[in-house]
Amino acid sequence: MRHLFRKIGFYLVALWAAVTVNFIIPRLMPGDPVDILLSKLGQRGPVTPETRKSIEALLGAGTHQPLWSQYTEYLHNLVTGDLGVSVTFFPAPVTSIIEQTLPWTIGLIGLATLISFVVGVGLGTLAGWKRGSWLDNLIPVTTMFQSVPYFWLALILLFALGSIWPVFPLNGGYDVYSVTPGWNGAFLRSVVYYGTLPALTIILSSVGGWMLGMRNMMVSTLSEDYLLTAEAKGLRPGRVMLRYAARNAVLPSISGFAISLGFVVAGSIVTEAVFSYPGIGSALLQAVSGNDYALMQGIFLVITLSVLGANLLVDLLYSVIDPRTRTRG
Amino acid sequence: MTLTTQAADPADTGATLAEPSRRRRSLPPMSTKLAIGLTLGGLILLFGLLGPYVTQDPSLVHDYGLTGPSGSHWLGTTQTGQDVLAQLAHATRGSLTVGAIVGVLTLLLSAFFGVVGAYAGGWVDEVFSLFTNVMLVIPGLPLVIVISSYVPDKSLWLVALVLSITGWAGSARVLRGYTLSLRNRDYVIASRVAGEKRWRILTVEILPNLIPLLASQVVFAVIFAILGEAGLSYLGLGASGSFTWGTMLYYAQNGLALRLGAWWWFVPPGLMLALFGAALSLINFSIDEIINPKLRNQTRAARRGWRMSRQQLAKAKEAGL
Repeated sequence: MRHLFRKIGFYLVALWAAVTVNFIIPRLMPGDPVDILLSKLGQRGPVTPETRKSIEALLGAGTHQPLWSQYTEYLHNLVTGDLGVSVTFFPAPVTSIIEQTLPWTIGLIGLATLISFVVGVGLGTLAGWKRGSWLDNLIPVTTMFQSVPYFWLALILLFALGSIWPVFPLNGGYDVYSVTPGWNGAFLRSVVYYGTLPALTIILSSVGGWMLGMRNMMVSTLSEDYLLTAEAKGLRPGRVMLRYAARNAVLPSISGFAISLGFVVAGSIVTEAVFSYPGIGSALLQAVSGNDYALMQGIFLVITLSVLGANLLVDLLYSVIDPRTRTRG
Repeated sequence: MTLTTQAADPADTGATLAEPSRRRRSLPPMSTKLAIGLTLGGLILLFGLLGPYVTQDPSLVHDYGLTGPSGSHWLGTTQTGQDVLAQLAHATRGSLTVGAIVGVLTLLLSAFFGVVGAYAGGWVDEVFSLFTNVMLVIPGLPLVIVISSYVPDKSLWLVALVLSITGWAGSARVLRGYTLSLRNRDYVIASRVAGEKRWRILTVEILPNLIPLLASQVVFAVIFAILGEAGLSYLGLGASGSFTWGTMLYYAQNGLALRLGAWWWFVPPGLMLALFGAALSLINFSIDEIINPKLRNQTRAARRGWRMSRQQLAKAKEAGL
């Protein structure tokens, strides 16, 4: 129980830090983002006093309010779900844009990361179990894929499978012309078809890391005494591999999974840019290129929150599968 | 709390280190992996150092536009007739500069927060490790994107600074775990009993044992920085007026190099990124084998332990061991 409270306490601190970083950055930076944003909004239509007030709370209007009351107002707006109005997609509020784009990213990135994790850990188990086999020798090749930047691999795949042999579409999340979004077969098929190539790039460039980590842990675990005992007892090799070795060797990979989520999100922003995928990364880039600070801050907050949430989930799961972390206190 | 479990791992790796000479262990054994990595990395480093002096002006515009590789332009030209090879040389220098700056800064930051915190113990350790863990869960690249979008004119130094601020936490955590186990080793306790000063224990007794780990963390930091900078520049958020592998890819993408099939424009910078990354990972493999000798010695040691010849071992394997 104490362990659980410690974990939750840590995530509360991390949450507070993320929210505060989000509050401080626009106020520390040179220039006046509020003026830029308000003048941009003014070009699109009339700015109500409420909008102005919420943007000032979000980005820091400057002199006439002390920092502390700005901070409380900012927190109040966050709690009530007011993240301001987007300039790029005027007059949509930031929250509705995040609502539209987040499912795309979670679907694509989440699935691709899970597939990559499962495949990588599986192959790594086999490679560690049979050291020196062809699979083991394949590992340097897959880590080479890992040092290839996400977006370059994406560009090359796009060039090969989109331009030279047009197997896959060049960009987008679904066929905009012939299907309507919703829970119908044609739309879902289109989403899968358009998502295959982006998912493939993410899997190709991240599977090597999982493989290497798992393989090394397998090799370390295999030299433990209890594995010798298991073999001496005459257990089937398959059982020794999965129940004795892999089950213990997978633990660092699982805690690594939580840490890697941040990197996955980062890589996916660039991947989404290459494929013009309608996810949250593309929205962030549009916000950046349009100096849409409200949208930018909102998206940064949501990304941070999702990474924090995923980390918390993995942490809780970890204390279920590894009882040692619970007793350690 | 964490001490007991952390200590177990390096302690028994120490036991498996049964090589006769202590001195030889401080340098990685020259394997094929390491040789390939060093050669590849060295060549790219040389290209970045010397290339800009012998190639043409990378910004010089010619009126013949996009052309393929030829005698006068070995890697062809861009849409505006700029020499791709010259750009590649300058970009190599730019990217390596970012990597070097971030490598040094990450080393300092992670050593400070990881090693000093873990060695000092008490509330200093609590605060440092909390700070490290918070930095670790806040995603790096989105933060970099947000920060860099507020600053319109960025120097290469600023980009490197931002990348190292967001990138040091992982290394610090690794270093902390290892330092925690080191500070409770017998020889450290012995030197404490002997009355050595705290800073001397830290720099003379503990730090030398961390060198392989620090080296591998720096190599990771350099890979991370170069890839991160490339991603940032590819999104058009890199340092203004600089040449890096990322900016080359950005201009190639904007110049429709993909649609026009101008492979000589977008393949070289990406390939350089991949090769340099691969070279550094190969070097890191070799360092890993020092840190974790189980990865290196196990089969040989096992064979010796079982007193089996190579043939006997092969037979045993065939039998399904």
